[in-house]
Amino acid sequence: MAQSAEQASEAADAAMMAEVRQEVHKEAFPPFDSSNFVPLFFWLGISFLLLYFLMSRLALPRIGGILHNRKEKLRTDMQEAIALHAQAKEAAALQEKTIAEAKAKAVALAQENQAKLRAESDARQKQVESELAAKLDAAETRIAEMKASAMSNVTAIAQEAAGAIFQQFVGKAPDTKKLTAALKAKA
Amino acid sequence: MATAHPIDPIHQFHVDRIVPLHFLGADVSFTNASVFMLVIVAVATLLMLIGSFNHKMVPGRLQSIAEVTYEFIASTLELSSGREGMRFFPFVFSIFMFVFLANLIGIIPYTFTVTSQLAVTFGLAMIVIGTVVIYGIIKHGSHFFGLFAPSGVSPILLPFMILIEVISFISRPISLSIRLFANMLAGHITLVVMGGFVAGLLAAGSFFTIVAPLPLLMVVIFLAFELLVAFLQAYVFTILTCVYLNDAVHPGH
Repeated sequence: MAQSAEQASEAADAAMMAEVRQEVHKEAFPPFDSSNFVPLFFWLGISFLLLYFLMSRLALPRIGGILHNRKEKLRTDMQEAIALHAQAKEAAALQEKTIAEAKAKAVALAQENQAKLRAESDARQKQVESELAAKLDAAETRIAEMKASAMSNVTAIAQEAAGAIFQQFVGKAPDTKKLTAALKAKA
Repeated sequence: MATAHPIDPIHQFHVDRIVPLHFLGADVSFTNASVFMLVIVAVATLLMLIGSFNHKMVPGRLQSIAEVTYEFIASTLELSSGREGMRFFPFVFSIFMFVFLANLIGIIPYTFTVTSQLAVTFGLAMIVIGTVVIYGIIKHGSHFFGLFAPSGVSPILLPFMILIEVISFISRPISLSIRLFANMLAGHITLVVMGGFVAGLLAAGSFFTIVAPLPLLMVVIFLAFELLVAFLQAYVFTILTCVYLNDAVHPGH
């Protein structure tokens, strides 16, 4: 009785063990479970083809286009900037040249003006000087004339006075010729 | 043991058949993995299309992301396989987007990490190697197999060299797929185990409750690390794809 119960429990144990073993077997490590391989391959194939198609036909050309456009824009902008820079340099050089020319012109003009002014003032000075000299000459001749006339008047006055004095002393009019000769000899 | 819910770190890798489908006797059921593969395609497409929607000269945030990704992959490809390799640009871009978004979306809790399935990473690796072999043979014919015979090797050594080259070529898809798969698997198991520690310690009560934030801190650190791994593994996958494609474009050493 006890033996048969033991046997029964042993049999039950064995059955349980087998079941557990089977379960363990069924529960193989999933990544190595070969029954999964075919569906995984199949869906990998489908998804990868789909991804490849979407990337190569749709996504990548768009991104590539954006990148290409940007590169082109940068290139053209850069070229433009370089051209503008060269233009600006040219303009600056031109301006410098113009300034230098204007400066040279201004200096020349100033020198010319200075020379002209100097010449003018020189001429005016000379003219004034010559005028003054002429006036001086005229004055001198007048002075000489006046002196001469004064001197001749003095002779006449002296002769008259001498005549009057002679008449007072002698009582008769003196000889004009003798008087004149005497005065001349005295002078 | 009876009260605490055992947190199964493997559960997140279960492939659940949402709609069982059969096509020509093959099981092509629509699974949770299929859902996330389509999510990846949708996210990638929306990102690139919305990013390029406005055609702005000065890009906004989304446009910047799209443009930076574009230029990043373009420069990576051009650097390793030159101008002629640029014909593969959409292909390499799709590979990068698929792996990167799969890794990135997988970090979000309750999502399914497509790249933690060996079948998926091996499938991706076979797509890459298949492209290399088919393009190489179409473009260069039998000359493509010069890839296995390095020039300037003495005739005695040549058989060994060819053997080594063939083995190295065959191991490429294996290393490519296992690297990505193992990285994602290990990272996600670590995250769940650490998260399980937090729950377990909290449930244990008393002293254990106090130390429960420690594994939580670890979860935060590992999440940041996983973010790095997500990008890094996608980049490694992409750059190796570029290197292998270079063999198809310029075979012979």
